[in-house]
Amino acid sequence: MPIFEPEFECMPVDELKILQLYRLKKVLRIVYENVKPYRKKMDERGIKPDDIKSLENIKYLPFTTKDDFRENYPYGLFAVPMEKIVRIHSSSGTTGKPTVVGYTKRDLETWSTLTARVLSAGGVTSRDVVHIAFGYGLFTGGFGLHYGAEKIGASVIPVSSGQTKRQIMIMKDYGSTALVCTPSYALHIAEVMKEMGVDKSELKLKYGLFGAEPWTESMRREIETRLGIEATDNYGLSEVMGPGVSYECLEAKSGLHIAEDHFLVEVIDPETEEQLPEGEWGELVITTLTKEALPLIRYRTRDITKIYREKCSCGRTLIKMAKPSGRTDDMIIVRGVNIFPSQVEEALLEISGVSPHYVIVVDRKDHLDELEVWVEAEDAIFFDSMRKQKEMIDKITEHLTQALGVKTIVKLVEPKTLERSMGKAKRVVDRRDFLKNYEKS
Amino acid sequence: MIWNEEFETLPREALEALQLKRLKATIERVYYTVPFYRRKLDEVGITPDSIRSLEDLKKIPFTTKDDLRENYPFGLFTVPLKQIVRIHASSGTTGKPTVVGYTRRDIETWSELMARSLSAAGVTKEDIIQNAYGYGLFTGGLGVHYGAEKIGATVIPVSGGQSKRQITIMKDFGSTVLTCTPSYALHLAEVAQEEGLNPRDTKLRVGLFGAEPWSEEMRKQIEELWNIKAIDIYGLSEIIGPGVAVECEEAQSGLHIFEDHFIPEIIDPETGESLPYGEYGELVITTITKEALPLLRYRTRDITRLIKEPCICGRTHMRIDRIRGRTDDMLIIRGVNVFPSQIEEILVATEGVLPHYMIIIDREGSLDVVEVQVEVDESIFSDEVKKLQTLARKIENNIKDMIGISVKVKLVEPKTLQRFEGKAKRVIDKRKL
Amino acid sequence: MKVEQLSVFLENKAGRLAEVAKILGDNGINIRALSLADTTDFGILRLIVNDNEKAKEVLKDERFTVKITEVIAVEVDDRPGGLASILLPLSEEGINVEYMYAFVEKSKNKAVLVFKFDDLDKAIEVLRKNNVKILTNEEIKQL
Repeated sequence: MPIFEPEFECMPVDELKILQLYRLKKVLRIVYENVKPYRKKMDERGIKPDDIKSLENIKYLPFTTKDDFRENYPYGLFAVPMEKIVRIHSSSGTTGKPTVVGYTKRDLETWSTLTARVLSAGGVTSRDVVHIAFGYGLFTGGFGLHYGAEKIGASVIPVSSGQTKRQIMIMKDYGSTALVCTPSYALHIAEVMKEMGVDKSELKLKYGLFGAEPWTESMRREIETRLGIEATDNYGLSEVMGPGVSYECLEAKSGLHIAEDHFLVEVIDPETEEQLPEGEWGELVITTLTKEALPLIRYRTRDITKIYREKCSCGRTLIKMAKPSGRTDDMIIVRGVNIFPSQVEEALLEISGVSPHYVIVVDRKDHLDELEVWVEAEDAIFFDSMRKQKEMIDKITEHLTQALGVKTIVKLVEPKTLERSMGKAKRVVDRRDFLKNYEKS
Repeated sequence: MIWNEEFETLPREALEALQLKRLKATIERVYYTVPFYRRKLDEVGITPDSIRSLEDLKKIPFTTKDDLRENYPFGLFTVPLKQIVRIHASSGTTGKPTVVGYTRRDIETWSELMARSLSAAGVTKEDIIQNAYGYGLFTGGLGVHYGAEKIGATVIPVSGGQSKRQITIMKDFGSTVLTCTPSYALHLAEVAQEEGLNPRDTKLRVGLFGAEPWSEEMRKQIEELWNIKAIDIYGLSEIIGPGVAVECEEAQSGLHIFEDHFIPEIIDPETGESLPYGEYGELVITTITKEALPLLRYRTRDITRLIKEPCICGRTHMRIDRIRGRTDDMLIIRGVNVFPSQIEEILVATEGVLPHYMIIIDREGSLDVVEVQVEVDESIFSDEVKKLQTLARKIENNIKDMIGISVKVKLVEPKTLQRFEGKAKRVIDKRKL
Repeated sequence: MKVEQLSVFLENKAGRLAEVAKILGDNGINIRALSLADTTDFGILRLIVNDNEKAKEVLKDERFTVKITEVIAVEVDDRPGGLASILLPLSEEGINVEYMYAFVEKSKNKAVLVFKFDDLDKAIEVLRKNNVKILTNEEIKQL
């Protein structure tokens, strides 16, 4: 498979490290000069940008977390004035306020190049018809790969998410050759194809590029068999950039190459915050090396993985990370959307004025995540009239769906049920034990 | 502000000379690459050489949505798929959508037209644009997006829906420009008020609204509520998407149609004859710069008239009046084009038989709401409430899945829906526009 | 002249109704009438019992969601056309029935109809004008 930027993706490691150090020093000077919260944090620790003389020195720098985003909401972490910002995206915050990210024109260029790398590594060329079934909008998934596919010169069908039957009709009629979405949605598509009586031979699909949620090797095998494609994984998060941070190659399909010329990565012990040696599992921490609008120093991703350098058959020299195996916080990913239980709590409180007991139940039906919120039918939300009762349920449903950005099914349950079945403090029941099931099978 | 001074203020004579040159090139292009057009042109004895003046355009047969359907999906494209960099689609009259393709240069053209439109509305690179048009296959979202990027403004690609979040974003991110359907602009004002925010207190200063017809009265209301300038914008995906015509902030009267890219005509929808200048009729558009999917005399089904008087803004391109209605039964629901035949197809597919049904559209607050009433005859009836509920949900889901709009299905007793002799009336549109 | 009724939120699952019946029975509460409205995943149980307050208390103790709501109970002859004679004048006044249920009195050959109207006060007025016998809380408990 062609490599989109061999001069960087296959750079000798020692040269790569020189490049990283050069860029790290530059980004530190920029944030120290232009971003008050960083300056303050560094001053508190008595560190000046020039004190960082090697890549190892990075461990002396303070971390950045999602809380920093919240405290500096919306634009406090930007390193350039607003007139330089050409795009804004956002993702779920732990409370009602979203996490805001901005891009300069050059950031968008960088991002497109990185997603072009992702697509190339996954087999896509200018002759392909790229079917993007990620949601467009504030979520970075859709746009990220859209611009990369455009950069490569492929035909882009910006289908966005949902309307599965129509998606299949489009794939069949328009001859889509590459599918971009979450891995579970790919399986859901396979399921709906079966229902509709559409065989994979009627499609021209060759490649699938999947991300935005964790998946397994067995899921990969199932997707590949059922859709007749080659499936690769890619990783990213909007705070850092969006998709394009790391990506698998078709040759190895094992481990995601991190775009090290743009991101400096570490793995830490989430408890002690100490750096861990390569090969050990811990929390991934990323420092952006080239971002202009929103550079991040030692951003704690909360994703658990390991990083390791090995000779890869594709020829890329970039360090690899394993598929993330979980989170160090209570965030859950539903249909590729990040959700914090605290968001549900806030939304319920807004409706009834009281905070009823609730449990978030996530399940997977026909390979599609289903988000249910079970709410105890307390006096404040119970009505004798069926019509009023249903209106209340509709109201809660609408409010939660709006607040979370994912279709939510609200179930009223009798007051004692929740406590009885799962104990008072438990807020999330994740029934998608797909990770377990798949590995067993 | 005029984005492209040179072309937007071209003297009439030069403009028409350019149109003729481009028209000839377009006809040549389709004649030699699209069998459908060749056949059509041959039938009336037209070759690329026989077009000598803009008047000759009238000899060319019309192109309709049916032609797009019959050549589904790519039959009208002039280039092979590998030169297509983007595909969009809009509602077809049946289950098959209407497909449109773009070359790299078409995307460039489209971005340019949208940059012109935004500039005409007074938007500059200093602005923060909250783009609440839906993204995806619908051309509204990405059309505005690329134009905004071209002028270097900050784009917030919010896409449609999640109204409370829209308000939070508008307030916290300091949006200065809003793009969406006019009815959604009204709805957002209501949501803002519910959230305790006076819409006049936001930093919003301009709105570009389109994708559905609206009135002067509605404009006054929107401008008053938000304390902004509200600009009408027109386009349709078959032609290119938004950016076919736009009002200028100076006059706010009639939409300049970008004549260096499109030739507009007004015809009598019944006879197909050209109407005298100034009369209302169906808008017909010929694209003269599109590469992937040029359309000759495309019947838009939109009713308007042409305005040739010079405009105070300095643009020489003529204007079309605000859209007055449609010549077919297409409905526009929350900016989505819907044909009743699409809903009928889904009812048949869901139940196996076609029940009596009625589509009722109304506006609650300022949002379109659709109710599909379906008669419950013996074949559907069940004693269990939950089975009936499930059926209703299933129809709702199928409509959402195929057409992309949320409707409420209401099961009604047999014989309650009005019967009609001859062609059944299936739609009751209670919206006052 | 309105009577009180208990409304209980129930999930649609086996044994829930029996559970309510048992709790009431164990506490010596007698059920006069009941109806159950169902949807896909929950139901609303409506009951008329001989001791509303106590019933509410014991159900609440068991952590059920309970409300006391007002309805109208009328007595009609148990004969063809009995119901229609009541409903016609109401519908002429534009009063809508939200729900209703009925039971037959063993001793008197009369039927008791329990109604929830969208406008209870107006309904009472109309029923009185038409000489319909409206039961009080006391009367209904004595049945």
